[in-house]
Amino acid sequence: MCTVCGCGQGETRIEGEAHTHRHEHAQEHAHEHVHEHAHEHVHADGTVHRHAHGHAHSHAHIDHDHAHDERELHGHDAHGLVPAHDHDHAGDLHYGLGPAHAHAPGLSQERMVRIERDILGKNDAYATDNRRVFGERGIFAVNLVSSPGSGKTTLLVRTIEALRGELPIAVVEGDQQTSQDADRIRATGAPAIQVNTGKGCHLDAHMVGHAVERLRPAQDSLLMIENVGNLVCPAAFDLGEADKVVILSVTEGEDKPLKYPDMFHAASLMLLNKVDLLPHVAFDVTRCEDYARRVNPRLRILHVSATSGEGMAAWLDWLRAGLAAARARRQDEVAALRRRIAELEARLAEN
Amino acid sequence: MHEMSLAEGILDIVEDTARAQGASRVLEITLEIGALAGVEVDALRFCLDAILHDSVAADARVSIERLPGRGWCLACAAEVEIAQLYDPCPRCGAYQVTATAGRDMRVKDLLLE
Repeated sequence: MCTVCGCGQGETRIEGEAHTHRHEHAQEHAHEHVHEHAHEHVHADGTVHRHAHGHAHSHAHIDHDHAHDERELHGHDAHGLVPAHDHDHAGDLHYGLGPAHAHAPGLSQERMVRIERDILGKNDAYATDNRRVFGERGIFAVNLVSSPGSGKTTLLVRTIEALRGELPIAVVEGDQQTSQDADRIRATGAPAIQVNTGKGCHLDAHMVGHAVERLRPAQDSLLMIENVGNLVCPAAFDLGEADKVVILSVTEGEDKPLKYPDMFHAASLMLLNKVDLLPHVAFDVTRCEDYARRVNPRLRILHVSATSGEGMAAWLDWLRAGLAAARARRQDEVAALRRRIAELEARLAEN
Repeated sequence: MHEMSLAEGILDIVEDTARAQGASRVLEITLEIGALAGVEVDALRFCLDAILHDSVAADARVSIERLPGRGWCLACAAEVEIAQLYDPCPRCGAYQVTATAGRDMRVKDLLLE
C-alpha cells in the first residue's frame, strides 16, 4: 500500500500474508501515464513487513528520476513556466524569487518550484496499468461499491451462480479484516482472492494490481472487485475498472445519494437492492432515484433483489453486454495487430 | 477518512520534490483543491499537520486554493458554476448538471530553501 493510502500503512494483507514489494518505476511517454513496475514480494510477519515496506519505499523514490518525470508526467504548462534562468534540471524552477534575488552557490535561497502534480497521481498511474492489462486480456472489470450491509456479497454470489457455466468470473474481495467473503465466493466455485486493507478504508489500484497478478483472471472474463463497504473513500480511488456499480438497499436511507454524492457521481450503474422488502419499509423509490440523478444525470438504475431474484435478469444482461464489449475491443486490437504484421511481412517480401 | 491518504500522497510528492531539488526545507506548500473533489479542507489540514511533523516540511505554511466547481447543464446547453455535485443549475433550476471541472486535487507549487 505504498501508493496513496496513509490509513493502513503496512497492514495490507493479500489472503492473510503480509506482502512487501520493491518496485522500480521507469516512467516514459508521460502523457499516456505509461508506468512500468517490477514487483518483488517478500513475505514476512507484520513487524518486519512495516520496516521492509518503508525501506523499499524510499528506495523506489531514489531510483526515480523526479526532476524529469515531474515535468513529463504532468506536462501542464511546463513550457510556459520556463524561467529566464538557465538550469538543466527542469523547466520549472523559479530562481530569483527568494530574498537574495540571485542564485549564488552556497547561499541559502528560497525558490518556488511549480510542480502541478496530482495528489492521487500514483494511484492513477497504477490504475492505468490495471486498465491496460484488463484491455489486453479482454477482461470486463467492475468495481462494486456500497455501504456495509447493502447485500453486495449475496448479490455477487447470486450473480456468479447465475452466470457460472456461461462465462468465466473471478473475484477480488476487499475488506478490512477476515477472508469470510472470499470463502463465500470460493464456495460457488469461482476463483477469488481476499485483500485485507487493515485500517485502510478502500482498495487502491496498487492492491488490485497485486491481487490480479495472483488471481490471473482468464482471458475474456468478468472480474468483479468488491470494494470495502464504505460510501465515501472508494469514490476517489480509480482501480482501473471499466465501471463502478453502486449498490443501495431499500433498508437504507433514500437520501444517501445526496449524503454521499461522490460515490453516486462516480458510478455508472446503481443497483437498488432488496426490493423484495419494499412492502415492509418506508422507502420512497422515486425520491431516491430523483436524488441519485441530481448527483449524476447519466446514472443507470436497476431494481434487484438478490434474495428473490427479481430484476436480476437486467443486471446479468448489463454484465453480459459489458463483457461482450470488452471482448470485442480485444479482438479488434488483435485483428489490427495481425493486419499490421501482414503489412510488414508483405513489405519484407518485396525486398 | 481518505483525507489521511491524500495527506500521505502530498507528503510523498513534497519529499520527492525536495530531494530532487536538493532542498533542505520546504517553507510553503500550495495545494489546489477543487470544490467538487470531495475533500474536507479542515480534515485535510488536520491530517497534514500530523503527517508533515518530523518531515522536511515540518514548519511549512500550507495554503489551499479552492478551484470552483463547474458543470454542463443539459437543459441550458451551457457551462454553469456549481458548489456541490447535487446542485441544480443556477440558471434554470434543473438537476441535469454534469460536473466538468472542480474535481482536481493537485500540489501546485512549493517554496523550497
